Parts: sequence; C-alpha cells; structure tokens
Amino acid sequence: MKLNTNTINKIAKLARIRLSEKEADEFLKDINSILDWVEQLNEVNTDNVEPLTNISSSALTKRRDENQDINSSDEILQNSPDKLEGYFAVPKVVE
Amino acid sequence: MEFQSISQLKLLLDDNKISVKEIAQTYIKKIKEKKDLNIFIYFNEDKIYDQVKLIEKISNDNSLKGIPIAVKDLFCTKNMPTTAGSKILENFNPTYESFVTQKLINQGSMFVGKTNLDEFAMGSATNTSYFGDTINPLSNEGSPLAPGGSSGGSAAAVAADLCLGATGTDTGGSIRQPASFCGVVGIKPTYGICSRWGIAAFASSLDQAGIFSKNVTDASILLKEMAGHDLRDSTSSNVKIPNFSENLNIDLKGKKIGIPKEYTIDGISDEINEVWEQAIKSLEQKGAIIEHISLPHTKYALPTYYIIAPAEASSNLARYDGVKYGHRAENAKSLDDMYELTRSEGFGKEVKRRILIGTYVLSAGYYDAYYLKAQKVRKLIADDFVKAFKECDLILTPTAPSAAFPLNEKQDDPIKMYLNDVFTVPASLAGIPGISIPYGKDKNGLPLGIQLLSKHFNEQEIFNAAFALEKDYE
Amino acid sequence: MSNLIKGKHHDWETVIGLEIHAQVKSNSKLFSSSSTTFGSNPNSQVSLVDAAMPGMLPVINKYCIEQAVKTGVGLNAKINKYSIFDRKNYFYADLPQGYQISQYKYPIIGEGKVTIDFKDGSSKEIRIVRLHLEQDAGKSLHDQNPTKTYVDLNRSGVALMEIVSEPDLRNADEAGLYISKIRSILMYLDTCDGNMQEGSLRADVNISVRKPGDEYGTRCEIKNLNSIKFIKQAINYEVKRQIEVLEEGGSIEQNTLLFNTSTGKTKPMRSKEEAHDYRYFPDPDLLPLEIDQEEIDNIKKLIPELPDERKKRYVDEYNLSNYDASVLTSDKAISDYFDSVIKSDFSLKASSKIVVNWITSELFSILNENNLEIINSPIKPKDLGKLVKLINEDIISGKIAKEVLIEMFNTTSDPQIIIDKKGLKQVTNTDEIEAFVDEVIEENKKMVEQYLSGKDKLLGFFVGQSMKKSKGKANPQILNEIIKKKLSKKN
Repeated sequence: MKLNTNTINKIAKLARIRLSEKEADEFLKDINSILDWVEQLNEVNTDNVEPLTNISSSALTKRRDENQDINSSDEILQNSPDKLEGYFAVPKVVE
Repeated sequence: MEFQSISQLKLLLDDNKISVKEIAQTYIKKIKEKKDLNIFIYFNEDKIYDQVKLIEKISNDNSLKGIPIAVKDLFCTKNMPTTAGSKILENFNPTYESFVTQKLINQGSMFVGKTNLDEFAMGSATNTSYFGDTINPLSNEGSPLAPGGSSGGSAAAVAADLCLGATGTDTGGSIRQPASFCGVVGIKPTYGICSRWGIAAFASSLDQAGIFSKNVTDASILLKEMAGHDLRDSTSSNVKIPNFSENLNIDLKGKKIGIPKEYTIDGISDEINEVWEQAIKSLEQKGAIIEHISLPHTKYALPTYYIIAPAEASSNLARYDGVKYGHRAENAKSLDDMYELTRSEGFGKEVKRRILIGTYVLSAGYYDAYYLKAQKVRKLIADDFVKAFKECDLILTPTAPSAAFPLNEKQDDPIKMYLNDVFTVPASLAGIPGISIPYGKDKNGLPLGIQLLSKHFNEQEIFNAAFALEKDYE
Repeated sequence: MSNLIKGKHHDWETVIGLEIHAQVKSNSKLFSSSSTTFGSNPNSQVSLVDAAMPGMLPVINKYCIEQAVKTGVGLNAKINKYSIFDRKNYFYADLPQGYQISQYKYPIIGEGKVTIDFKDGSSKEIRIVRLHLEQDAGKSLHDQNPTKTYVDLNRSGVALMEIVSEPDLRNADEAGLYISKIRSILMYLDTCDGNMQEGSLRADVNISVRKPGDEYGTRCEIKNLNSIKFIKQAINYEVKRQIEVLEEGGSIEQNTLLFNTSTGKTKPMRSKEEAHDYRYFPDPDLLPLEIDQEEIDNIKKLIPELPDERKKRYVDEYNLSNYDASVLTSDKAISDYFDSVIKSDFSLKASSKIVVNWITSELFSILNENNLEIINSPIKPKDLGKLVKLINEDIISGKIAKEVLIEMFNTTSDPQIIIDKKGLKQVTNTDEIEAFVDEVIEENKKMVEQYLSGKDKLLGFFVGQSMKKSKGKANPQILNEIIKKKLSKKN
C-alpha cells in the first residue's frame, strides 16, 4: 500500500503534526519504502494465529476503590506552560 | 583512581579507605574531563554533593551506598530534569521519581547525571537527540564513532569510566546493542521484571528497563536492586527476584546452548561470525552441549517490530501536546494550531517519522493488514522461542551486525539504521531476557559483543553463562 | 398510538437509539486512585496518571468492574468473562493522554434488554447491544476567558458505563421512558447516582427517519443531553428537521449535533466536521479482563430487588395497575418510602392507591415547597401511614388530614398527638352535626326558601356553612346526608 501526498497530510493531521511540503515529500518517500519493506510479512501464514498483545505473564492487576493519590493542584499545574485561576489554559475552542 | 567494580568500591568504603565525598570528587573530575563526548544531558556538581550529604549518613548495609550511577534521561527523576532527549520536554521537572531509580536511591546509590539518548528512545546510534550526538569513548581523535542507541549515553558513561553502572531501556535492542558498541555489559531483563512506572513510554509492550556495567557481577547486583513487583504498573510481574550475584555459578556442564541458524546472515562480517564461533567453542570447552536450532520466523522480526513499536509510540506520544507540561508553541491561533506547531517544533525527524508510520498502521482500513498482522507474526516469533527453549537452556548469538560505525554514517536510509537491531529485536518481541557482553574485537580494535538469551525469568542462567565467558577475557 | 408522523407528502417513522453514559458510583476513578467527588476546586482531584504525566500507567479499580457486572445483571444482559480495554485515540484539550481508555471489540457486558411501560398498560422491550467501561474526560470551560479555554481535569478518568441500545425506540416519549428506566435500574443497584444535573448520567441520541417499510435512513447523533426534558425536545426538533429536509428532496448528512437548550435547535458540532479515525487498538499497558463464574455469582448475590421485580410485587400484592406501579417504582427513593409506609402497617395494603396518592400529591407538595428530597422528609413513613389509617377509619376527614400533614411537617409529631392536641377529631355524632345544621338553617331562612324553590346549587352553601360551624371537623358524608334530610323535610 503506497501513500500519496494526500494521505500523508491526512495522517499528519490525525497525529497533529504540521509538515512543510518538503517534509511531507521526505516522509512520504521514507514511509513508502518502510511500508514496502514490511510487506514481506504477507509471506507468513497467520491463519488461526492469535495476535500476541501482551507478553506479560501476570493476570490484570486490580486495585481497591480507595483515594490514595492526593496530588495538590499546584503540583499538577506546576509544569504547565499556561495556567490561570487553577485551570490549564489553552487557546479558545469554539464549539 | 580507577574502580573496577561495585564490590571493590564498596569494600574500600566499608574499610573507610575512601569517603562518599571522595568518590563524588573522583567521578566529577572524570566526567568533566570527558565533556566533549556529550554523554550527559544533565550534569550538576551541586546536585551530586547534595546527594553525598544524605548518603554519608546512611548505613553501610545499603548495598549500593555511594556507588556512582548514571541515569538514562528517559527515567523521571525528582532532583534532576527529565527530557527524553527531546525539545518537547526540555525544561520538564517531574515531581515524582521512577520506580527503578527510587529503588536504586533506596540502596544508597549516587546519581551522577542524566545521560543522552536517542529522542524518546527511538534510534540505534544516539544521533537523534535534541541535545546532540554522543561520541563513543572508544573513538579515535577526529573520527567519532556512534556509541549505539538508544541508550548510547549510558553505555558510553560506563565505557568511559564515569560511573559504575548506568540505567538504560531496551525496546528493540537499545541496551544490548550500545553495550556491544561500547564494549560493556548490558542486560535487558524479562518483560515485566522491572517496573515501567515513571519511564517515559515509547512502546509499552516492548519497553524494559535494564542496566549497563563494567562486568557481569555488577550487572547482577544492580538488576537485583532495580527489579521487583510494582502495583502501579499493570504489566509488572509478581515474581520473587533471586539474589543473582550470590548465586553466580560458572559450572555449565550439560547446559544446552542453542545456536539459531537464522542468525547467520549474508553480509555480516567474518569477524563477527568468528567471535561467535569463539564463544561457542569456549562454552563447549566448559562442558556445555551445542544444539543447532531453528527460529524460523527470525527474518520477520524487524518488520514486525517496525509496525508494532511505532504504532504504540504514536499513541504514547500523543500526551505531548503542550497543555500540561513541556514545550508549547507561541502565537497559536487555535487549539489544533497549538497542537500542530508544538509537536512539529518539539519532535525531531525520527520521532515524527515513527509517529506517522504508527498512526498509519493503526488507521481505519489498515489496522488488519498491518497492526493485526504484525501481532500475529509476533506470536509466531514468541512461539519459536518457546519451542527452542524446550531443546536448550540458552541461546547464543552475536549482539550486533557490526562494530561501532562512524557517527553520521547511516543517516539517510531509515531501514539501514533499523537493521542494526536484527539480532536483538526478536527477543524483545518475545519478552525474553538477554545480555550482551564484550567478547572480542574487530580489526580496528573495536569491541564486538555476543548475546545470550533465555526463557522468561531465567536471568540467573544468563548471568551464569555470561560470567563464565567473561573469564575468557580476564 | 401510531408512531408515524405526518409530513407534507408522506408518513414518516422515527428510529431512535440511545447511548447512555453513566458515571460509576465509586470512591476513586477507573484507572487511578484520585477522588470522584463532584464540585471540587478545579484540578484538586487529579493524580499524575489523570494528568498523563510521562511514565504514568493505568491500574484498574476492582470495584468499578463489580459495578459494571451488577449493572449488566440489572439489564438482563450477558456478562462477558473475557473483555479487553482499547485506546480510542484523538486530540482534545480535556483528554490529557491524547487517548481515552475504553472498550471496543470486546466489552464487559453483552446483549440485554429492558422493558418500558406505557400508560395504557402495555409494555415494550428495548434491546441493549452492550455496556462497556471507559474513562470520562475532563471539562473544558469556554466562557471563563475571552481568548482561552480553561481545562479542569477533575472529571478526567472517572469510570463511565456506556450503555448502547438498539434503535428500537420510535418517539420522544419512548426515549424518555427508556432513559428513566435505565436510570432507575442504576439507582436501585446503586451503581450510579443518576444525578443528571451534575452530569452523572447523560445521553447521546441517534435519530433517523424513514418511510415505513424502508431501510434505515441516515442518522444524526445529538451529543451530551443531560435532562429527559431536553432529550425529548431535541428529538422532536430533529425529527421535524429531518422530515422537512427529506420532503424537499434533500438528503440527510451524517452529522454530530449539539442541542442548544435556549433556541431549542440542533446544529452540527464544529470539531466533528472531519471524520474521526480513532485508531482503536488494545491498550498495551493493561491485560485482558477475565471474570470467572464464581465472581459473577458472588456479585449476583449483592443485587437488591430491581424495579421490575418490585413493580410485579406492587401489582400482585397491592393491586396497583401496571402503569401506576411502574411510575412508582421508577424512583427508588419514592418506592422505598412507599414500602416503608406499608411495612409499618400491613392493613394499609388495601389502601395502597390512597397511600400512593398521599405520597405523590400532598407529601410531594410540601417537600417541593421546601426544596427537600423524599429521603430527607421530616414526615416519616410510619407517621404518614398512621395518617392514612386515621382517614380510613373516619377519625378525620381528608381535608383536616391535609392540615395535620402540614403540622406533621413542622413538628415531626405523630398525627394522633396532633389531632388530640388540636382537637381535630372528626365529628361523627349525628346529634352534634344536626345541631350545626339547625343553626345554619335558622340563620339563613331566605336561602332555605330559595333552595326549596329549585336552586339546588345552594346545597353547597349549606354544607360549607355547616362545615364552618363545626370548624371543619364534621364528617362530610354524614353532614351531607343530614342536610339533605333536613332540607327535604322542610318540604
């Protein structure tokens, strides 16, 4: 499956990364060659094979219903580039 | 002063032949002398002396008291900034300490600084960091070599004798390959043995914390201290961690060593195959039995990895959006504008490339063909190892397809760069443990590493075999 | 009742499906240990995990799993012993991870059904497709600052149960009944507090129209409705809009809409104009959720009496109509109160309809005036029961009972004590009543003449005056009989 300029721009939009035309072209080339390279997986017969999504040996860890994390709002907001009146502030979104 | 091992330094400290402060002074001097190698993203003398004050007061029973450790800048640390080698986290100061580094602190270790890495652990040469390339300490003047990646800074720190241990992470080979390039020991334990809590995530089902050291014994001491169950990491294994260093056993009589035929690849230099042969012969001489085995799906491991890892990364890196922490672009006209500018400015090329691939392989219409397919092939690769370990106890392979290459050699072709991981990626996909130890040199005198793999939770056997082989070079 | 809407040119059938988001009642969030309390200071209930700090990882809350299973049982649904958490990837200011942990292909609860009851005694089964667990998002406030949106992550990570229905609903009333039913089941189970104003329960409505017999039409989704009133209004508006478009020869664009509660209109959401590709994949930070039969059986033991069971009990044991029983049981607090009244005196079973009326008209009146919920009623169930019994036994009249009720509210006293203290006991002694009537007749001779000459309506006047003389205590039936007898005698 090959990408074209249209698809790479759509992907970039989904990933919220802005690409210049030059970058889009470069990435297009790179990614298409990578996609060609991974095509070889189609040589492998995977009928009746279950996907391996977890290699952990444990069962799902479950925790009790307790409030244990008491992080102050100061701590949570500490590293934010723009914080006002106790909130994270971002450019206004118009619904 | 050269300290060869943790036990040696510990003994000097216990015998009062050296103080914690003197240890700090020694290593600070060494680090300053090697500034040009660009090993550390963060190095601050005052922060080291602050630690000295605390460490001096604790009991000598703490197994790592005063031991200088470097920390890969992917681990969140409270007292030093954490950048992940990226502009997007340039001034990020976590208010929390990662599980692994907290465990090392608890044993009294002294963090000498945060080491350089490929940005967000994506790379094999430590040449994608926002903070510049790291130079392999074994380079000759004027011809800088790559230290390997992504944990190149940590591998180099140990090789340059700037610490006695350095933490790393290994997702597709990012500890083992730089260990080979820098001539040090590097171990990636079983997936789940070390908690991922507090390590900036790259590919969640593959990332594992591990350690670099000068020798196998030190690696076994350090891994014991770093490992352990963490209730805050749902993928963390609840197993008892053996006292690896105390159980080191060089008796390999009757141990079956698997030699996978698929790891003999065209185009790999003779020197590498020779080093491999030497290790095989040595093990035979020590009483081990050599088994020729097959891991049939080996060649599909790299493409499998380069679908799964970018897919997980594309999602894990979505949180870097300029809202809660890190870099935020200025003068954005809207929220989406802010996201796009922030992430374009904040991420480097390799990271962007992988995010784009990852986004694509998960996207509507392509999920089955790529991601799902790759997860199925992954199962086959993992099953190959399960079957193999019924016939053998350990598997022996070369670590990397070459010695350290010139720093900017493989820039233009991403696939060429990815091929560096050909011997290390399969084990990552299966979640099994692997170690790299230096075992020979190429014609230019550069170190070549060999890799030992075993089944889940069998680190002790890996340490044993590595310990035995290490003796060939003492 | 025909479900068809008459358009200008055709009849149209409305097809509605609801996706209900119910916040799980729990102390801490789904994947993190911070508090779920509503209304706290911004960003004061946010953990490092909720804020998606680098290196943070989710750990599931065991209790939320139990709550979801309980709800599945209450919805007569299949409990899936194996389910997976997936990441739903998109960017928004109140989504700190850049993805929501949800369930896509393998939800925890499978197919189920609930029954809604209509006034005419009939019922309808509404099928449920699934229920899954997912994280709630934070809150974006767009009106606090001229150029910025403020983000509060307190709600980020709270456990939600998303309940998806088949498109079995055919009009706004059915939708209202369905969501009420779901709400009451959740409140009976105590798996959600059902507080729509606080956002504990909200719904997205999927609506399309079609000519009867046709395939489903293109649907639009109206998001985030948080009151039954608005759900109905939005449905009615949107149906009309779609029919108008189609009858003019246009076609419906599949859109996500917002309902403006001031204008009463729907309009497309800006941020949803481009199709979202959520790129679902199993969350690699979590393992599959496995529930065994023993756990399910243990949870089933914790299930209390559910609305339908209670409704059946009311119909069988108290002779209430199906519809009345369903209205009564739709609110757990009210039917708990009713149960307590009957339990305090089983003889009241025979007058259940009267008890129901007293609760839903008189008691509610007083409580509403004083902004009180029934669970905080100062009038205790057993005392209301006593009041009804006093009326049944003719000790006081219905009218006097209303006064007594007010006094019970103010003093929380036993009605008998109030009646004794205030001497409100009904007068049933015919001699006494006759005396009152005689007085009135004596004082109003002219009216008597008028009445006898045919002005029958004046009977009311005599009743009123006599009642006044008795200070309201005369038994109305006896009074009526006596007046009629005396006036006819005059003839």
